[in-house]
Amino acid sequence: MIDYTSLSDFGLGWLEASGPHADIVLSTRVRLARNLQGHAFSNRMRDLEREQVFERVRRACERSAIKGGITLDLSALAPLSRKVLLERRLISREMVGEGDSAPARGSGLVVGPRDSVGVMINEEDHLRLQVLVSGLRLREAHQTVDRLDEDLGSQLPFAFHQEFGFLTSCPTNVGTGLRASILIHLPGLVLTKEIGRILQGITQVGLTFRGLYGEGSEVVGNFFQVSNQTTLGKSEEDLVEHLEKMVTRVIQYETRARRVLLRDAPTVIEDKIWRAYGLLRYARSLSFDEVMNLLSGVRLGVSMNLLSGLRVYTLNKIMIYAQSAHLEQAAGRALSDGERDAHRAEYVRRILSEEGDVEPDTPPEHDDD
Amino acid sequence: MVCDNCGQNEAIIHLTNIEDNQAITRHLCEECAAEKGLPPGDTAANFPLTDFLAKVGKSGPESAVPGPCPFCGLRFEQFKKTGRLGCPHCYVTFEANLQGLLRRLHGGTQHLGKVYLPPDLGEGQEQERLAGLRHKLSKAVEREDFERAAELRDQIRTLEGAAND
Repeated sequence: MIDYTSLSDFGLGWLEASGPHADIVLSTRVRLARNLQGHAFSNRMRDLEREQVFERVRRACERSAIKGGITLDLSALAPLSRKVLLERRLISREMVGEGDSAPARGSGLVVGPRDSVGVMINEEDHLRLQVLVSGLRLREAHQTVDRLDEDLGSQLPFAFHQEFGFLTSCPTNVGTGLRASILIHLPGLVLTKEIGRILQGITQVGLTFRGLYGEGSEVVGNFFQVSNQTTLGKSEEDLVEHLEKMVTRVIQYETRARRVLLRDAPTVIEDKIWRAYGLLRYARSLSFDEVMNLLSGVRLGVSMNLLSGLRVYTLNKIMIYAQSAHLEQAAGRALSDGERDAHRAEYVRRILSEEGDVEPDTPPEHDDD
Repeated sequence: MVCDNCGQNEAIIHLTNIEDNQAITRHLCEECAAEKGLPPGDTAANFPLTDFLAKVGKSGPESAVPGPCPFCGLRFEQFKKTGRLGCPHCYVTFEANLQGLLRRLHGGTQHLGKVYLPPDLGEGQEQERLAGLRHKLSKAVEREDFERAAELRDQIRTLEGAAND
């Protein structure tokens, strides 16, 4: 089997940073949870039955909007390849398997030919239809995944209840089975210390926030994932529109915070940005959390036009390729912690010199000299 | 992990900031986080479902616990431990017990999203599916998504054609 995870851009269409507000909203994801009638949920099926479900879903995908895509049997992949898929946010932590051991048989991933659409098979639910695109594009993402849902639902009998809607393994997903989430960068609100109030507001209007890697992960580099909390009792369109409305408001708050920072503390902000760039550009050893925090500063600089000659695309790319499994894949071998940090710094240095064209400006001359 | 601020309670909130160009991660307990204006962690959102279920179980009268699900054998007690149901039929088996939980989780129990009809349609169902598609068509036209509208129109024609054969 060809190792598709070694293809440099597999599943990474969203990195291009082409969507609206792509400097602040990194990506939009919409997923739908679906299950087949007549089977227990994935974690209560035996291997043979899981493989049957895998096969049925795979075949249905071949006659759907994602025909011609790539199907991966996760239990047959090398552990490192599964970690690469996790780092690309194409599969969940549960599907990586414990340590180096494989996940249960029948765990799969289908990625459509146009890359941003796919299906996880036998995660918590039999199917998790997902779409991941650049910027704030909730409606478009929902329409894309809805179309795939129509294609698959007309071939596979989904479990559906007149009152409760689409039935899912966990009652927190029942109804629409829809979870829409956006990954947003909020350094301005963190620096002005307004973030607590904003996040509290988010949880009061039926939304929830998490760190970069979803449930239970910590917030690093001022990147937050915001998503709908409830899935039952509202239509898909209402859920998506509500999230979009709230996120648009958060973007406005963030933009205002940045303006205030630039007005009240321009030197502090510029210094932060240039220090972050300097460290990324010249450091010889970097941990991943450090890279994320420095990227936050540089991203702020690019977004506020305080640092020119760098594209958001390059910054997105570093976020993905500076992760541990990606570095090991590039090195072709396992790396110790120290080696990994050195490889990471080397990668960041190289990308910034190849793709960036940042000229530190010369200090202004003072008349009184 | 102990809270960085008070050094007493268990830290449940981990916040990383850049300060003076250093990544500073603060591990805070709920009370200290609240003092610093961070949202409290006691909402259902930030707690695993199983904790929530345990609390639900203690408060208020619940319907009598039914026997195990006849389809998959899951007992309601198992669900309370894991937060995961065993199969679609569990929603029927434990319907009375799930009503209250779903209301608390989602604010309601009636699905208002898309209406689904599985393949292998009988005649009556086909009419329902047509009605559903027509509804979607009018919604697509409303939001001026003409590409989608054209697709839906084709699907309606195909179904109508099949019905007239």
